[in-house]
Amino acid sequence: MTGALDAVIQGVLLGGLYALFAAGLSLIFGVMRLVNLAHGDLIVLAAFVILVVAEKLGLDPFAAVLVAAPILFAIGFVLQHVLLNRTLGRDLLPPLLVTFGLSIIIQNGLLQLFSADSERLRSGAIETASIALGGGIAIGVVPLLTLLSAVAVIVILNLIFYRTPLGRAFRATSDDPEVAQLMGIDHNRIFATAMGLAFVVIAIAALYLGLRANFDPTIGPARLLYAFEAVIIGGLGSFWGTLAGGIVLGLAQTIGARIDPEWQILSGHLAFLAVLAIRPRGLFPRALD
Amino acid sequence: MRAMKDGRPASGQMFSVATSGGGSRAALAAAAAILIMLAALPAFAARNLIQDLIFLFYMLALAQCWNLLAGFSGLISVGQQAFVGLGGYMLFALTLFAGLDPLLAIPLAGVVCATFALPTALIVFRLRGAYFAIGTWVVAEVYRLVFAQFKGLGGGTGTSLAPSVTSTVFGIEWVKALFDVRTPAARDIISYWGALVLMAGTLVFVYAVLRSRRGLALGAIRDQEAAAAGLGVDIYRTKRAVYVAAAAMTGMIGALIYLQKARISPDAAFSVLDWTAYVIFIVVIGGIGTMEGPVIGAIIFYLLQRYLADFGAWYLILLGTLAIAVMLFAPRGLWGFVAERFRVTLFPTRRRLVIGADEVKGG
Repeated sequence: MTGALDAVIQGVLLGGLYALFAAGLSLIFGVMRLVNLAHGDLIVLAAFVILVVAEKLGLDPFAAVLVAAPILFAIGFVLQHVLLNRTLGRDLLPPLLVTFGLSIIIQNGLLQLFSADSERLRSGAIETASIALGGGIAIGVVPLLTLLSAVAVIVILNLIFYRTPLGRAFRATSDDPEVAQLMGIDHNRIFATAMGLAFVVIAIAALYLGLRANFDPTIGPARLLYAFEAVIIGGLGSFWGTLAGGIVLGLAQTIGARIDPEWQILSGHLAFLAVLAIRPRGLFPRALD
Repeated sequence: MRAMKDGRPASGQMFSVATSGGGSRAALAAAAAILIMLAALPAFAARNLIQDLIFLFYMLALAQCWNLLAGFSGLISVGQQAFVGLGGYMLFALTLFAGLDPLLAIPLAGVVCATFALPTALIVFRLRGAYFAIGTWVVAEVYRLVFAQFKGLGGGTGTSLAPSVTSTVFGIEWVKALFDVRTPAARDIISYWGALVLMAGTLVFVYAVLRSRRGLALGAIRDQEAAAAGLGVDIYRTKRAVYVAAAAMTGMIGALIYLQKARISPDAAFSVLDWTAYVIFIVVIGGIGTMEGPVIGAIIFYLLQRYLADFGAWYLILLGTLAIAVMLFAPRGLWGFVAERFRVTLFPTRRRLVIGADEVKGG
């Protein structure tokens, strides 16, 4: 019984990490209908940026992410403005193939710069600290912070989307870029801003990725798949759905791993396929496409 | 010039729908000549040329299959490695456990892949467009993780084909006597012919599909799905048929690849880089949505691979950059550029309206 309860708690906490991976993907899709195949590699890239900032400036990763976030915002803004905006249109192929190419460039660029060695973000005692809940169950502080950060990110994204002029511009451009343009919205700039914002979310996801486990340049594609699965399980178009999707995925992986450690990833994928078979629009759908 | 349909509109002018274009008859004759030359090549060529050509042929065959999906049917899959790996593993299972001859196991692997593709289609077809792409990738990962669990096939580390399997392939004694070569070289020659047959077979198949009514339906779906449905195209069935056929062909190619490699592991057999990223690169560089494009793309890829692969990460960065540049500045690829400039087509799959009776006869 304790074992089952522990699996559920750990699964929900792991779900927080997946929700963070997925929030950026969900944001980009929501605003510009762009499916970014380089998303996972961008998370890994952000983790390396945080690592470099932390090492060069002698900062704790939690402080380093504050320095890295504006840098990543700028990278995201420029990437969208210079490259990705050119690919958007009725044809699906250009954005998919350009981001796929980008994924290969980022992976191999990182491999060239940092080698294939595993890295980790070091933050001292907090990494291993945990809160005992009694009955042999303990919650790690970093996993708990991950989940709380995921909730905070989703609350803030919802506030930006539904309470600010920027969010209004996001929604208007998403609904109809041409009419939005007639109303004086520069959609290229709006898309670039959305990508910049997504990069800030990616930075937060990367912080917890690096604190919780080792990372190396090759692990990006798997993170893309987790993020994608969380978005689809939750249902397109809703940030809270994305959180729920992340948690379902985290639970499936944790429970699978308890049965056989080799089944962790497979269980997550199978849960995703099961949701797709039973509820193809996800658990909490909102958008129509 | 072959006229598909003749008619006489109100104006009294003759019109017809034609598919052939400049140079296509000559291309057919040239293709037949090239095929015969390639089949006879093992009599003169050195062993490493034969090995290089096996690689070129199977990459081209994979590229044609992916192009049929993405370029002609709008099904952008990033998960075709599922069927390369499944085909490869089926070859190993059928030869090691059932004792079948590898040459018989190759078509059977295609049948198994088609059987698996049906339920797979049921699930991934629930995703559309870009989401379909990532969905197929997830399915390929599931296949990889499942095959890593089969201890009889080496689990996560993989396994090798017993020499007794590879050295007793059907016809090997005959090849040894004919070309006066030793067993390993004879194995390569048989793989070479297998790759040549699969490559030519994929070309003929894709060409036949595109020239058929179903090919017309595919183009309509790719260009405007709602309008195609309005004209009575059964979208779901048409797409599913193409997906299953592409899976069967990809599976046979996968079986051949792993007969040649004689060693398989889940990470290699289900590699997204080797069996999908490179294939996408070939199709995009050459020209997506044309049959000539993958041929050009495969030759360019083969040359890059041969001369630059030693640069490792830099080589892959170059491939990624080239693919992005082509997508942005020449989205129809190299062949699209040539075809537009010189108005030639070697595999005429597009239908053109020809007005005036003389023109119809003159082709």
